[in-house]
Amino acid sequence: MVIRSKSADDTAFMKPLEIVSILIIAALILVVLPATLDAFRLNLVGKYLTYAFVALGLVLCWGFGGILSLGQGIFFGLGGYCMAMYLKLEASSVANTKIQSTPGIPDFMDWNQLTELPFFWLPFKSLTLTVILIIAVPTLFAFFIGAAMFKRRVGGVYFAIITQAIAAILTILIVGRQGYTGGINGITDLRTLQGWDIRTDSAKQILYFVNSGLLIACILLAQYVKRSKLGRVLVAMRDKEDRVRFSGYSVANFKIFAFCLAAAFAAIGGAMFTLQVGFMSPSFVGIVPSIEMVIYTAVGGRLSLFGAVYGTLLVNVAKTAFSESFPELWLFGLGALFIAVVMVFPNGLAGIYHSYVDPLVARLTRRRPAETEQPLHGAPAE
Amino acid sequence: MIIPPNDPQKQFVLAVEALTVSFDGFKAVNDVSFYVDENEIRVIIGPNGAGKTTVLDLICGRTRATSGSIKFRDMDLTKMSESNIVLAGVGRKFQNPSIYDDLTVFENLEISFPRGRSVFGALTFRRDAEVRRRVEEIAETIFLADHLDERAEFLSHGQKQWLEIGMLLIQDPDLMMLDEPVAGMSVSERKKTAELLHKIIKNRSVIVIEHDMKFVEDIAHRVTVLHQGKVLSEGSMDRVKHDPRVIEVYLGH
Repeated sequence: MVIRSKSADDTAFMKPLEIVSILIIAALILVVLPATLDAFRLNLVGKYLTYAFVALGLVLCWGFGGILSLGQGIFFGLGGYCMAMYLKLEASSVANTKIQSTPGIPDFMDWNQLTELPFFWLPFKSLTLTVILIIAVPTLFAFFIGAAMFKRRVGGVYFAIITQAIAAILTILIVGRQGYTGGINGITDLRTLQGWDIRTDSAKQILYFVNSGLLIACILLAQYVKRSKLGRVLVAMRDKEDRVRFSGYSVANFKIFAFCLAAAFAAIGGAMFTLQVGFMSPSFVGIVPSIEMVIYTAVGGRLSLFGAVYGTLLVNVAKTAFSESFPELWLFGLGALFIAVVMVFPNGLAGIYHSYVDPLVARLTRRRPAETEQPLHGAPAE
Repeated sequence: MIIPPNDPQKQFVLAVEALTVSFDGFKAVNDVSFYVDENEIRVIIGPNGAGKTTVLDLICGRTRATSGSIKFRDMDLTKMSESNIVLAGVGRKFQNPSIYDDLTVFENLEISFPRGRSVFGALTFRRDAEVRRRVEEIAETIFLADHLDERAEFLSHGQKQWLEIGMLLIQDPDLMMLDEPVAGMSVSERKKTAELLHKIIKNRSVIVIEHDMKFVEDIAHRVTVLHQGKVLSEGSMDRVKHDPRVIEVYLGH
């Protein structure tokens, strides 16, 4: 065969442009922001970036796989609660809680007349187990939801509604079982991680860098999945599910994988949220936060891993700015933003970049005699 | 009119027996039996709503039979999942070109390449020399060698049909089912498709649904005529063409 197709050689892990993109993100969150923001603002950005994990998962699951989950708060919350339970137990040592009628258990349990630690809190005495459970609990939960839905060919809008319902149920459960979960207030007053005080500025700074490092690792992992054949199978499934099925793939397994991976990302974000913000509550689990997370992804561009980070940052900075001045109007603003993105810029920030900035860059580089090659086939926006 | 197996020991590639499917009491396929030999090209014809596509749906597992059996070699397809039916060697092209618009022609073909079809396999799949060689070889066969880098969305209707045929071809199925492969094609595309089919039917059995009688005459070894969910007539094109019942319900006078 003499035909040489460009696609055929297109096996690199990252294209040059993608390497530049990830370097820019790394420089922004690891160098520029820490250098320019004060400790309070940096911690705020750290909090925003924990949502970027969720948005990243949604890019794979929704953007590539076409599986819209309106319940990512479930997994963000489960990850966050797992972390919070560990920290709460550490904060509730017998010495710290000797005024309680039962010393050594979390304060809210004592207030609710519990005299013994519930069995499902026991694993969270160990940090190793906690770290495992932060990933395992949400991923397994996603696996069961995914297996129950996708094996029965439930998809599209029905899937979105069911995930939303589960998010609502989980919130009600957490709020209702105050003695076991801390109720509507969530799990608060978290202090130390293995004796290391996480409330100090220096600790928050370190946590910010840990968070950023994990985010970049997750972006690289997502990039690997996207560049693998699995990424292309996800896109194919979104286009023509039946064709994929009748090409010998078990479509349900691929959907379950994408959904579980998105859940695992969300869980890491949730755990980092708890560490940086110092508490976890049901207000990060329910329907509203879950939909907000979808909006971050839509604004960033649901086909763009990098866009997910920018979209999350942009919406949250806007949210903070607006809700400081017009707290009542923010939700309307958010709704309007979502409508605008869907109607005018369906590919979000990444789409705008590709329509306006890319051609400009191409024109500028083309002027040079040493012509660099432009990518020909307009694969889904980066 | 069904041609019964002369020799009960004879191995058919596909043996469909007493196949029935009913949707809320309506029997879309009613007691259909037919047998496909090794390397045979069978064309199924019949008026709209005769149940032709439903028969293919039943064979590939998209629809489950109410009763009857479908034996592919020694396997009972009525009990297998869609993906396992594909792995067993049955490939199917849909009526409307069913390809992945957002992927390139190369990627479309690569997804159908029979390797790495589990989740883990897809994650670790490598685009090695064998994959490239095979994709390029198939692209050459389906007249798309110069379009490998193009997004499938931008292909013409005929090219999309060829691409889907190519996606079957790369799986190298033992039984290939094509639902109206020349529908909507121009005269020259039709000719090329006939040429393509002649090339690819070697060493495998093929079931084709088609309305274009000239095309059918050109390729069919045997023809099965379906009407209202039942087999109306079966045999060589010549014989079927002169069957008065077929003339009445389908071919016209």
